[in-house]
Amino acid sequence: MPPLLEARHIRKVFSSSGGLFAEDKETVAVEDFTLTIDADKPSFTTIAGESGSGKTTIARMLLGVIPPSEGEVLYAGRSIGQLEKDEMRSFRQDVQAIFQDPFEVYNPFYKVDHILTTPIEKFGLASSKSDAREQIDVALRTVGLRPEETLGRYPHQLSGGQRQRITIARALLLKPKLIIADEPVSMVDASLRATILASLHKLYREFDISFVYITHDLTTAYQVSENIVVLYHGTVAEAGGVEQVIKDPHHPYTRELIQSIPVPDPGSAWIEEEIEEKEVDESSAAASMQGWSMCRYAPRCPHAMDKCSTRPPLFRSGAGRAAACFLYDEQEPVEEGNLTQLFSEK
Amino acid sequence: MSESVNNREPLLDISGLEVHFETRRGIARAVNEVDLTLYKGERFGLVGESGSGKTTMILALLRMIKTPGFIAGGKAVFDDGTDLLALNAEQVRQTRLKRVAMVPQGAMNSLNPVIRIGEQMMLTMREHGEEGERDELMARVVGLLEKVGLKPEAASLYPHELSGGMKQRACIAQAICLNPQLILADEPTSALDVVVQRQIMQTLRQLQIGLDATVLLVGHDMGLMAQFAERVGIMYGGKLVEVGTVSDIFRNPQHPYTQLLISSIPSFETRGDFKGIPGVALSLLDPPSGCLFHPRCPKATDACAQREPTLKEVSPGQWASCLLHEEEHDATAS
Repeated sequence: MPPLLEARHIRKVFSSSGGLFAEDKETVAVEDFTLTIDADKPSFTTIAGESGSGKTTIARMLLGVIPPSEGEVLYAGRSIGQLEKDEMRSFRQDVQAIFQDPFEVYNPFYKVDHILTTPIEKFGLASSKSDAREQIDVALRTVGLRPEETLGRYPHQLSGGQRQRITIARALLLKPKLIIADEPVSMVDASLRATILASLHKLYREFDISFVYITHDLTTAYQVSENIVVLYHGTVAEAGGVEQVIKDPHHPYTRELIQSIPVPDPGSAWIEEEIEEKEVDESSAAASMQGWSMCRYAPRCPHAMDKCSTRPPLFRSGAGRAAACFLYDEQEPVEEGNLTQLFSEK
Repeated sequence: MSESVNNREPLLDISGLEVHFETRRGIARAVNEVDLTLYKGERFGLVGESGSGKTTMILALLRMIKTPGFIAGGKAVFDDGTDLLALNAEQVRQTRLKRVAMVPQGAMNSLNPVIRIGEQMMLTMREHGEEGERDELMARVVGLLEKVGLKPEAASLYPHELSGGMKQRACIAQAICLNPQLILADEPTSALDVVVQRQIMQTLRQLQIGLDATVLLVGHDMGLMAQFAERVGIMYGGKLVEVGTVSDIFRNPQHPYTQLLISSIPSFETRGDFKGIPGVALSLLDPPSGCLFHPRCPKATDACAQREPTLKEVSPGQWASCLLHEEEHDATAS
């Protein structure tokens, strides 16, 4: 059986016109990225990174919203740029998206019911009105909402957390195999975050739906996912099981990220401890972003060596995990940079 | 609540602060009878969900509440007797930056995009009554930029030439340019990456200690509060429901809302264990009777729907507004 969704060496370059007097500018948002989502075994993978790391660009390519500049995204073995009408239809049903902003996805003039009845109509999911209502009720209850308190209302009458749960219920109606969730809880209050993450986790555990969870927040990534890919400026810095990567980060960038998180435990030295700030040479930092001939983190890295001026492959720094860092160059590199292959070895 | 904390002197005594918003459907009490004393040189963290009134409260202290909102009552008295809420427009202008300054949430929206950083800081200083030659003021600007970790060259750059973190540093430099006693910081790092966040918060702390200023940090990131604040206040529905030292709030919370909030914080300790706060946030236009939290509170009794609790000292330096503690209080008193 071909994998459900497969990103093969995808790369995305955005070019912007420099205007009348400047040269056109090219920004590489994502370098070589390869990931497979199996059809038969559900997985929960986090793609984590800071702003500008390319995480949302990857999500949009996986969803077929934007085409990759190089490489391809395949759905059930077929490039999604070349799907026939009926294949596209099943792709649109199997792979669902949940976006960051639970306010923007609604049309304020329609009751929230609209967002739930539309997919049922478009995909012909229900045999009758009562069947449709039944399906909506089940989906809402699954994400912890009471239908009688939710339906018939306008978006502005619901909280951000409720709205986000309705978008999850909408995705659920289509019985998808994969949900790509781009920062689904970053605009939701802390007290509701847990409830929404619990809904996602439940869909994975009980309904065997795979997830690609895109976030900047390593704490929630740790809570929900099995595997994690840490991006740095469009490149994969580290990948592996979430427990191993968070508890024992290998890549110097992942280490810096994790040390920077303020832990909810008063009395740690987070605020006092001097950060070893390396004087970053602006020209070498700019050079590391040009093309991909060196480690992009090297200009900021406390461990930078001469070797780092070449491009580091993903070395197998441990069982089922890898880091794109020459500190681990005694290990074998990951074939083809395929992360799924790696995750399955744990 | 005016005895000193850690032998510190009170700086600002807020009492009975009320901020209301007039809407077509009635009055919303965004800040509801808040009493709070801030001490000299302390870092105080104010936490709450969106709509809890935390930002409105600091806007009130800056006298920046705009219609349909208005300050409906209360006082905010400085140690010299000045009531921030009773000042006229000119006095307010004299107070801003000199006594009270603000570090905004979105640094990108608070700098003028067409004026160089140094120039706008200088204009700000002039506007607030600083006299002196251009060179003299510029030298002070450069000194301020260095204090916040920016190079002197940043003075001649436009805001778009700075990264998000550098812009926030420039905003901090501007906020401290006239040595304020009280710095109000509204989620100053929520738009920044974690690595930069840590650098900025460390800088803010060093400056705060250097100036012996009081920082009132508003936000909802409990991790950040745990690391930055010395005392923490929890707001719910416009009310201050608990105040205490950072270790009391995190290790021994007394209000049921605080308890749920603390246990809902995700950590690296447990996986797949999600604890939220049940129920939905209240509507300020249609608040419940009695304690505002009672519809969501697992410990609520019948009395909670009848009687409104007030802040009571439950242990030295820790205050909670909950009938559970009032009963204990009454029992020990009688």
